Parts: sequence; structure tokens; C-alpha cells
Amino acid sequence: MTGPEERHDEARLDGRYAVPAPVAPDVTRRNGHRPSAPDQAGDVWDRRVAAGLAFLRRRLAGDYEVDEFGFDRDLTGAVFHPLLRRLYRDWFRTEVTGLENVPADGAGLIVGNHSGTVALDALILSTALHHEHPDHRNLRLLGADLIFRMPVVSEIARKTGGTMACNPDAERLMRNGELVGVFPEGFKGVGKLYAQRYKLQRFGRGGFVSAALRTGTPIVPVAIVGGEEIYPMLADIKPLARLLKLPYFPVTPTFPWLGPLGMVPLPSKWLIEFCPPIPTEHLMDSADDPLVVFNLADQVRETIQQTLHQLLERRPDPFGP
Amino acid sequence: MTPGGSQSPPGVVVVTGVSRYLGAHVAARLAADPRIDRVIGIDLPEPGPEVDALLDQVERIRVDAGSVGGLLADLDVDTVVHLALVSSPDPQHGGRAAMKEQNVIGTMQLLAACQRAPRLRKIVVRSSTAAYGASFRDPAVFTEETEPREVPRGGFGRDILDIEGYVRGFRRRRGDVTATVLRFAPFIGSTADTTLTRYFAQPVVPTIFGRDARLQFLHFDDALEVLHRSVVGDHSGTFNVAGPGVLALSQAIRRAGRVAVPVLEPGLSGAAALARVMGFGRYGLDQVDLFVHGRVVDISRLEREYAFTPRSTAAAFDDFVRAHHGRAVVTREQLAAAEQLVLDQIRQVRAAVRERS
Repeated sequence: MTGPEERHDEARLDGRYAVPAPVAPDVTRRNGHRPSAPDQAGDVWDRRVAAGLAFLRRRLAGDYEVDEFGFDRDLTGAVFHPLLRRLYRDWFRTEVTGLENVPADGAGLIVGNHSGTVALDALILSTALHHEHPDHRNLRLLGADLIFRMPVVSEIARKTGGTMACNPDAERLMRNGELVGVFPEGFKGVGKLYAQRYKLQRFGRGGFVSAALRTGTPIVPVAIVGGEEIYPMLADIKPLARLLKLPYFPVTPTFPWLGPLGMVPLPSKWLIEFCPPIPTEHLMDSADDPLVVFNLADQVRETIQQTLHQLLERRPDPFGP
Repeated sequence: MTPGGSQSPPGVVVVTGVSRYLGAHVAARLAADPRIDRVIGIDLPEPGPEVDALLDQVERIRVDAGSVGGLLADLDVDTVVHLALVSSPDPQHGGRAAMKEQNVIGTMQLLAACQRAPRLRKIVVRSSTAAYGASFRDPAVFTEETEPREVPRGGFGRDILDIEGYVRGFRRRRGDVTATVLRFAPFIGSTADTTLTRYFAQPVVPTIFGRDARLQFLHFDDALEVLHRSVVGDHSGTFNVAGPGVLALSQAIRRAGRVAVPVLEPGLSGAAALARVMGFGRYGLDQVDLFVHGRVVDISRLEREYAFTPRSTAAAFDDFVRAHHGRAVVTREQLAAAEQLVLDQIRQVRAAVRERS
């Protein structure tokens, strides 16, 4: 936990059912002979326990806010981001560059390359922004309707700030000044074979560009390297996928051979680079001009592809330190 | 158009569905407004004792909305407020068939009568946010322009689509009449008695496993306010009416101090059907779909046109919770006390451990 977050928690404790301040002074008196350092540590633990209990009580009493898309800031900040940070830092050793290209406040549309059989890249990108960005921005991801069809998964997606990838939602989020994340390749990107790694797929109909144009939101292309190696997809069993109504059925070196163990992502080295933003304010009238939309989508796609190549040169060994 | 008022308040107002809770309150409120000359309530069944008292200012004519016929012309009616909708089938009163008869056929006949009423200037129709249906590909927030992607499975949702279709037809034929369609979110409040309030009043509340719908409520008093303003002012068009903000279903259950029991969705649909057949409970596919998909609407058009914002969903729900507090299983005070207890225990144990070392 970092400093500002702890302060945040303390502020919350002063809510309706204020929990009295930690009884640290009492302890000091009783253990007057002890050096002050362990007492300080005790303070921290008392505060952590109190914060944890206050969080539990808030959850059980329903004392938190959910926005109109279902985003639960309290839960995301206290549970999802700390968990993902583990994966982000210790497992994938992610390095982020170009954060200055992400708007400090106000809307932005982050457009990235999709990869990895399981779309972990979206989660890692959102962790990167929350963890590394000076303003700890929450990325509002746009997901395929398949995600929102599935029970449990759909609710996790909504609670962590995701919503259905459709223009009304994207535009509404951007009008509200949110940072929106989108992967225009969709399943074509996630479900491609390992042999095609880091080759950008087609960018759909460019709906993301028209959403950005309609709201005058800058587009920030982002290149993510590392996602392709976590579950290298060697084959796609199409009949099985069709049977299960999935876009693809992956065969990786570990899945489905090792069963649940095959779900553990390989510890590849991740690099994320945010490219300079592409302003769209001057193009707000051309949101319905297909040529402008296609050209801009192409420009974003080229930027991401080139940045991917640069990042790959910086990372000769996919599983390096 | 001035929000909330207009140059020529209506003279004779007809309110349908006055034997029910909403209709009775609206009729009483309009009757108490000195700007309105005459309020006539139309409904078939005898009002219950609790709404009877409200209606002493209201002239009542006991016919159902369908057979209004020449009544509107004879009485020189200039405003019709159509509230006679049934939101869930009542096994005691004919079930789903009677519900459809009243909702769809009743509206059709009322609008046919309205079309022939020469002095009619305004019609206000109660609709519901169920008009947006429920689909996995829906946007998170519905504006009035959003078209439903699929025909709803539930009877009420289908009825609402039919009703709005008839109003659209009426608008085409009588362009001179101001038609207001109000898409209400589910009502809640300290006294309102609806399918949803009964649902949240149970100690143990069934929910759908793996789904946590985003819900919006409308405080009953705000519904009255919007209906009142629709009658005295001129607000043509379709409007979403809901409390701003959102409560997740699980969150609402926790705020009410109830216990959620997740049920697999096919199980719940089956249980709902069974409950209907056996004659208790009025949960139907409308409720199941609402709890799977949730429903959130944008109310900026209402706020612009009426210069009125209903109290928030959370505030409306709090009002309901306060009124039903007695039956809560877990109260906030208990949770706070439990938190304090655990905290004290942990501190004592830690202090003791430190003392010993």
C-alpha cells in the first residue's frame, strides 16, 4: 500500500460508523521499555486490520457507490488492483514507457493490440495505468458481448469498470471524461496462433474512431509486448469451439494437457509503450465520413505495429529478466 | 414551454386506473390542485378501503378504460391520464390473460376513444423502462432513442411495447394532441406496494447466480410529481423517469439488511413459473430478466424538459428501507458492533502477545 491510499482508507473510517483511532498510545504506555520501532510496526498493522474490517463492513452493509456502468471503485481499488499488481510486477515484470502521453485528466481513448489467448493484456494495461500513472487513472475497458453473456465473468467485468463495446457506451464514458480502453482487433487478435504473434489483425469497422471523433477525444495508441507468450496458441480446434460456442478453442504447450495447471500463464517479460496522442477535436464534424474514419484507424494501426517492432528489438528474450 | 406549468391548465381531466394505488394518488393530487376544474376517475373494480379515502374529491365513473366510448366527448374532457396498467399477473383476477386484456386491449380502446374526442388536448400515458427489453448486447445506459434489441420474454415488457406502439399510432393520427409517454423505473418508497417492494421485504431474497443487476428506482412521490407536472404543463414526447444513480442488486439487498440466496438462472425461471402456477408470488420472466440484465436509463431529457430531478435511486431505496426496517436480518448497527468487537479482540490478543514477548 502506498501513502495516499492509506490516507484514503483513514478518511473512509471517519464515515458514519467511525472506528476509534488505533489504541497505539495505550500499547506504548504498557511497553514503554520497548524501542519505538516495533510499536510503529504495530501501528501499521492495527491500521491495516482496522481498514480491512472497515472494508468488510462497508461491503456487507452495501455502503459503497456503483456508477451507472456498474463500476465499483471501492472493490476495484481494494481487491482487484492489488491482486493484479502481483501478476503485473512479480510475474510479468512489466515496464511502462510513454505515460506522459496519457491525459492526466479528462477523456482519452487508449487503443491497444490484443493478444494472448486469454485477454490478460487488457487487465495488465489497466493495472499499469492505475499503478504507474501519477493520477492513478482507472481504465474503462470495452469488452466483447461474449464476456457479458457469461455469468460471474460479466459481473467481474462490470465491477472493474468494463462495459459492452458499443458506441453509445464508449461515447458516454468519454463524455464523462473517462479513460477508455479498446482493442479493435477483438477475438481476431486474442485468438491468433503463436506463429502470427505481434502481427496486428484487421481493425474491424473503426467504430472506436468514430466514437472518439464524435466526442473529440484524443486517441492514444498503445503497444503491448509480452502478451503473446503467456499462452502460446499452437492450434485451434474449430469444431470444439463451435460446439462450445466459443470463438476458438486453444491448444497451448500446457493446455489442455495439464488441466488446470495449463491455465497458469507463462512468465514472459512485458513492455508497454504509450504513443503520442492523436488529437481528434478538429475532426469532430467528420465522425460520419468513412474515409476519415478509415484513415485514422489505419494511422493508429500503423503506429501500434511500428511501436511493437521497436519494443521487440528492446526485448530479445521473451522470458528474459 | 415553461417547465412545470403552462398558460392554460386543463379543465376536465380523466384518470384511468383510480382503483389502484398509483391512479388513486394521482387523481387525489390532481383534484387538490385548484387550477384543475374537474377530475374524473375511471376504473372497473371497486376501490379498496385504503385508496377510497383518497378519492373523496374525485368524481368516479365505474367503467373500464376500454368502454369509455362517447364518455370523453360528452364530458368535454381535455386531458386523459392513462395509468390503468397491470405490471404483473394477479392469479385472483384472471392471471396473465386479464393482465393483457387490461394493458393492451384497454389501452387500444382508450386511445380509440381519445381519437374521437374533439376537445382533447393532452394525453399522458404511463409506460415503463421495460420498454427497452433485455439483451446481452444492450448498452449500459438507455436513452429514449434506444430501440429494444429483442422482444422481451416477460408479459409486461411485451405489453409495454404494444402500448407504446399504439401511442405512436395515435400521435400520427392526432398531431394536435400533446402526447406524453413516461417510462417509469420501478416505484419504491415508504408506502408503495409493488412486486419489487414485496421482493425486498422478504428476509431471504433469491438472486441469480453470477449476475448482479444494476437497478434504478423511482420514489413514488417523484412519480406523482412528474405525472402532475405532465398534466398541468405541456411536455410532448417520451421521457425516462428514474432516480439518478444506480444500486447493484446485491448492494440493495445488503442495504435492506436482507440475505441474498443465489439461484442458478434456469432454476429461478422454473421457480418463478412454478410459483405462478401455484398462485403465490407474482414473480415472472419480467423480474428474472431485470435481475439478469439490469436496467439503467438516462434522465437528462426529463431534467431538461421538466426542470426537475427525482431523488436519487439510493435515497429512494433508503426511504423504503427505513419503512421496512423492522424485518431486517442484518442491520448496520449490528455490523458496526461486530466490526468493533473483532477489532477490539484482535488488539487485545496482539497486546497480550506483545506483553508476553
